Amino acid sequence: MSGYLLRRVGLMLLTLFGISIIIFVLLRLVPGNMVDILFDSAGMVDPAEKTRIAAELGLDKSIPEQYLVWMNGLVHGDLGYSYVSEKPTIEEILPRIPVTGRLALSAIGFAVLLGVPFGVISAVRQNSGVDYGLRVLSLAGLSIPSFWLGLMVLMAFSALTGRLPVYTEAPATVLDAVLLVAVPAMTVGFRSSALIMRLTRSAMLEVLRQDYVRTARAKGAGAGRVNFHHALRNALLPVITVIGLETAFLIGGLIVTETVFNIPGLARFLVESIRNRDYPIVQNLVMLTAFIVVSINFAVDLLYAALDPRIRLGA
Amino acid sequence: MPRSIRASGWGHSMAETYGRELRRAGADANSPVRRLVLLLRRYPLGAAGAFILTVFVLAAIFADAITWLDPLRTNAPEKLMVPGGKHWFGSDVMGRDIYSRIVFGARISLAVSLGATTLGSVLGVAVGLASGYLGGTFDLCVQRVMDVLQALPLLVLALVTSAALGPSLTNTVIAIAIPMIPASARVIRSNTLALREAAFIEAAQVQGMSEWRIAIRHILPNTVAPLIVLATAQLGSAILTEASLSFLGLGIPEPAPSWGRMLSESAAEYMRTAPWLVIFPGAAISLMVFGTNLLGDALRDILDPRQRG
Repeated sequence: MSGYLLRRVGLMLLTLFGISIIIFVLLRLVPGNMVDILFDSAGMVDPAEKTRIAAELGLDKSIPEQYLVWMNGLVHGDLGYSYVSEKPTIEEILPRIPVTGRLALSAIGFAVLLGVPFGVISAVRQNSGVDYGLRVLSLAGLSIPSFWLGLMVLMAFSALTGRLPVYTEAPATVLDAVLLVAVPAMTVGFRSSALIMRLTRSAMLEVLRQDYVRTARAKGAGAGRVNFHHALRNALLPVITVIGLETAFLIGGLIVTETVFNIPGLARFLVESIRNRDYPIVQNLVMLTAFIVVSINFAVDLLYAALDPRIRLGA
Repeated sequence: MPRSIRASGWGHSMAETYGRELRRAGADANSPVRRLVLLLRRYPLGAAGAFILTVFVLAAIFADAITWLDPLRTNAPEKLMVPGGKHWFGSDVMGRDIYSRIVFGARISLAVSLGATTLGSVLGVAVGLASGYLGGTFDLCVQRVMDVLQALPLLVLALVTSAALGPSLTNTVIAIAIPMIPASARVIRSNTLALREAAFIEAAQVQGMSEWRIAIRHILPNTVAPLIVLATAQLGSAILTEASLSFLGLGIPEPAPSWGRMLSESAAEYMRTAPWLVIFPGAAISLMVFGTNLLGDALRDILDPRQRG
């Protein structure tokens, strides 16, 4: 087991190292020198000033040197300064983490609460009208872009209540506070719930054909007990894997949804920083994203082994 | 059915099932029309998906014939017209016709998604085939690179790549294709690994066939079915990614009528006063992706009986 853990952690570090190189090189491919862009926007022309700023930002060094400076900083917890706000990167990133975290967790919660029960219903009533309807609905969930769903929700909201659920730091009422998180969370989570539903359905269908389910029925267990106690518990294993893999998709959904709902979280900040060519922010945010995805995949593997006694890691 | 799929063994159970059903129905099993009718009856949702996609493809091809207004021409006096009359889907803030922009937008959406899926699949096949067939250190290194590409969400990698290359149609195709490589590379690799041990590959080796010839002539055709299933799934996500990139302003540049771009330009500002600016482009994206998903599900059932749900 410990051998397996060491190997996995080693692979994780290797993957993160690979990502750091790819992102660093990609960002240096961006056409136009950063100093030129800063100069253009500030309307400055003094070449001496330009050289000084390039040196200050470390842009006069070679790309490998710049990479080493970044890595050295990462290891020591110094993420550099934002080109745009000139504040330390860490001060820009930290306050945005809870905003996005809250949204992401609510979205996953919503997706599970909606996806698992409907998946069970769909499987238990296989090939019925309900099953067909739910399957078409879940395919629709996978087809609608979350930014469009967000815009439609905003439109419906403003038509019904006459106002828009636009993000504020201090919501006036508790209802406002709940709505400000719940509406975007449902928009992001709808896609994931569709995927979870489809997976729960196919896992349930497989489990429902197993001998032990037939035995449970033969012993006279009620339908509810068989479906939820005997079948669902075993069908949930592959679903957990997908919930883990979904995080990567969820981040994509967060990027557009935070933009639509004007939520000052990490995902919208990433898009803004890419537009502003704020390298220090972009490269650190991308590393953070990769770290989250890789860690969640790792956690899912461990959880899988803990839940399924048949799986012994590293055996 | 293409010869390669039939030869793969993936199609066998389907052929047998159909043969049985057709004989039971007393039908002429060789009539292509009867086969098609049976296929449509058995997979109505898949047929609906194929129909939706066909409509979009035809609209894209004959865009000039089925529209009467230039999608790029601005016309200030006719700005923000309500749908109806001359402007079926209304007009935008510059007086451009939304219907024309949606029809011509199908060209962009299809060009980018088909281009990205093809490029991603071709690169993925090359990498997967080489990795699975050569094995050893090469395989190990390639797999780590694939790990790296998969550790970033598709949209994040596409966003950064798109920003690095600059906004253009070709660059958007490349930006979406790169994150798609690992999935097809992994499918091809695992199939190649399984096939490498098969008796007919051994027979080819004994006959003295070169390794490359075996890989291309024997292994590749046998991985076509899972590749088609994967490519259809990727097509839908390519459409969505293009729309998202353009929505965020990092995809297809102005003035091209990209559906995602149409939503970002006007959506927030005119949401209350001109809802048609939001409704039609989004409906077009959703419908096209819905069509690919319906078709993809049916293709998976037909070509990959092991995954039937």
